Amino acid sequence: MIEILFYVLSFVSIVTGLMVVFAKSPIHSVLSLIVTFFAIAGQYILLNAQFLAIVHIIVYAGAIMVLFLFVLMLLNLNKEAEPNKDIAMKLAGVISASLLMVTLTGALHGSVVPEATLAVNTSNGLVKNLGQVLFKDFVVPFEISSLLFLAAMAGAVLLGKKHPSQITDSEIQKI
Amino acid sequence: MPISIDHYVYLSTVLFCIGVMGVLLRRNAIVLLMCVELMLNAVNLLMAAFSTHFNDPSGQVFVFFIMVVAAAEVAVGLAILVMVYRHAKSVDIGLFNKLKG
Amino acid sequence: MGKSLVGMVGSGVVLGSFILSVMAWMQVKESGAFEANAFTWLEVGSLHIEFGFLVDELSSLMMLIVTGIGFLIHVYSVGYMHDDVGFHKFFAYLNLFIFSMLLLVMGSNYLILFFGWEGVGLCSYLLIGFWYKNKEFGKAARKAFIMNRIGDLGLLIGMFMLFNEFGSLNYKDVLGAGLSSSYAITCICILFFIGAMGKSAQIPLYTWLPDAMAGPTPVSALIHAATMVTAGIYLVARSGVLYTASPDAMQLVMYVGLATATFAATIGLKQNDIKKVLAYSTVSQLGFMFVALGVGAYTTAMFHVTTHAFFKALLFLGSGSVIHAMGGEQDIRKMGGLKKYLPITHLTFLIGTLAIAGIPPLAGFFSKDEILTNTYYGGGSFVFIMLCITSVLTAIYMLRLYFLTFRGSFRGTREQEHHLHESPLSMTLPLIVLAILSVVGGFLGVPEWMEHKLGLHHTLNGWLGNVVHNAAHPAVTEMFEYTLLAVSIAILFILALAVRTFYISRKTLPEPDEEEIGIVKLLSHKYYIDELYDAIFVRPIQSLGTFLHDYIEKPVIDGLVNGFGRLSKSSGKLIRLLQTGNTEFYLLGMVLGIIVIFVLNFIM
Repeated sequence: MIEILFYVLSFVSIVTGLMVVFAKSPIHSVLSLIVTFFAIAGQYILLNAQFLAIVHIIVYAGAIMVLFLFVLMLLNLNKEAEPNKDIAMKLAGVISASLLMVTLTGALHGSVVPEATLAVNTSNGLVKNLGQVLFKDFVVPFEISSLLFLAAMAGAVLLGKKHPSQITDSEIQKI
Repeated sequence: MPISIDHYVYLSTVLFCIGVMGVLLRRNAIVLLMCVELMLNAVNLLMAAFSTHFNDPSGQVFVFFIMVVAAAEVAVGLAILVMVYRHAKSVDIGLFNKLKG
Repeated sequence: MGKSLVGMVGSGVVLGSFILSVMAWMQVKESGAFEANAFTWLEVGSLHIEFGFLVDELSSLMMLIVTGIGFLIHVYSVGYMHDDVGFHKFFAYLNLFIFSMLLLVMGSNYLILFFGWEGVGLCSYLLIGFWYKNKEFGKAARKAFIMNRIGDLGLLIGMFMLFNEFGSLNYKDVLGAGLSSSYAITCICILFFIGAMGKSAQIPLYTWLPDAMAGPTPVSALIHAATMVTAGIYLVARSGVLYTASPDAMQLVMYVGLATATFAATIGLKQNDIKKVLAYSTVSQLGFMFVALGVGAYTTAMFHVTTHAFFKALLFLGSGSVIHAMGGEQDIRKMGGLKKYLPITHLTFLIGTLAIAGIPPLAGFFSKDEILTNTYYGGGSFVFIMLCITSVLTAIYMLRLYFLTFRGSFRGTREQEHHLHESPLSMTLPLIVLAILSVVGGFLGVPEWMEHKLGLHHTLNGWLGNVVHNAAHPAVTEMFEYTLLAVSIAILFILALAVRTFYISRKTLPEPDEEEIGIVKLLSHKYYIDELYDAIFVRPIQSLGTFLHDYIEKPVIDGLVNGFGRLSKSSGKLIRLLQTGNTEFYLLGMVLGIIVIFVLNFIM
């Protein structure tokens, strides 16, 4: 049962991943990516990481992808405005990506993953356990990441704003 | 644990390479960013898989941190793209060749 | 700052150090030598150098000479350099010189001595080339510097060997130890002597000194006659214990000194530049001192240093006064009859001439007499006779100089005659003081027979006895002394008459340069030694330099360096093309790079 689920989810995520790459319209790419994220969330549930799955859906599908969609709409890029690359560049891209995959799988094939030493604990992915770890062992990185967020927010606001010199007089009067 | 860790390793490798391929093939900067997200997710999946395999919640905490970084990256990256679009009226990375030596 | 203020400060500080030197001298007299360490200068492995000072009888004598004569010359310079634009600079250099010289004589180890040694060399260079706008003067300065450098190398290597031998450079450690004659000590002594050759202008490194007369006359008086050139004597006298342990080195010192004394004296006979005559006389007198050192008469050499400092400074300052009056003219063929116009200069110059010629009881008589006596016992009859002849030559060229300059009738232009005037007080006062010193200076070291007859003492011998002392020689018979005295007075008297007859009564003048023939030409061209050095050393080195420049420097080294430049430039041009500015290209490169890393990782 779980195996079937795994294969189905894998299949879905790979196919939609490919669709992200090959879709002509950016909107289609975004939608495919959302499906991919859902498939990956399903994998998390299979891995007993239930809280992670929920957060994943909320953050990626809910926040990040909405941001992408929003920007696409803002810039009105939903048309197939993208000029085609020349064929050599495309070929080079596909070949090097496949080369990378071959190399990686080749490298990983020979590697031996050590067996788990502890018994499986299905409650690892629950909020309670994760909270314990996050606020005990990782409290400093946690605080630092909040600073990172703050900086990112400030940066995004600053970048998104028009430069003062670009604001025309009429706009000032409107304000 | 019915599914071996190897399966997850290969799955995330495939997803990662799809992301790389996207980055190499597409010229739309927004799609490029999405492909980067795909790559990050491949890594996240691997993290979670190993976390479960070794029965260590730290891996999942790392996934959270990666999510934080990804969210920040997307916020800033998209803001930059909006700025670029204002200037160039396009998000085609082929046009960004001002760094020519 | 105004010129008078500069002069006052410049002279005042030297006067201050003179007073301090007198105080130091009195302290040494009362309680013996004292040593003071300011701080540790160097500490490398077993080399431990204190920045220390040693004031004993020898160095306090030198301090008195340096600061005393230095002060008089500073005062003199105030008048002499008054119209020079480099007045301020001049006093700065002079003071730096006094500082270096004091460091040289006061140091308590050889490294401090070397420090001062280099310092005076530098000041000498700066002051010879003081009028650097004249190319010839600049060349003379460089010549002096390079010749001194050759000597300095000897001194430096000597110091290395000394350290190797004794493990210390302190006088106390080196000179206090009981020494036995050895090959190493002979080497050290010879190397030190090479250093002394450079600084004290001995054959073969003497040619810089006559050329050094390019500097202002006070400089010639202070540096190139009275003080700096005696640094070599000081070095050898200070290392007297070493030399005593090495008879071979002493023989060398004696013969080089003798050769220099004779050689320079013969050149001095036919020089027509007033300062050149004095310069060769200085070289010759330094040769005398080295002969004294070579026969082990260290205090005698120091005695001659002292008296020579008095009368040579006097003669140089007097010649400066003459040049000043003549408006820069230095050729004695164009002078004559200056007695009338420069009474004080004339009188003092006459005293100086008689002193250097050795008329009793002026200073030169006593010191030269002592050198001759010591040579008679320590050097053998050949050296003694040569030295006697040289003394006679000294008297001849000095008298010639005196008569040609001050007696007879004036031979210059009317304009110059009109310009003739006695120098200001600031210049004549030092002359008078030095003249007095030249008269009485000799009584510092009266000969033995006078000790018995007159109850005087050889002050200097007793005084320096704690540091160095003369090699013992048999008691001089009074008969010998009287003979020497009578003969020398008679010879000088005859000489004075002869020279006077030759140059004044018969009005014979040295012929113009182009009419010289035979030996005269040889002498006035200084035996063509400069030309010889030019042919032997300068030209081959220059042609070697040209060869290296044309065939090694340009094609090989320049080619290599420029080749690297061109290589990086062209490779940069090529690599620049990689920076296409195309983002896709960068991404592709990045991915390929990762693949390569993975593959490499996998293979290894």
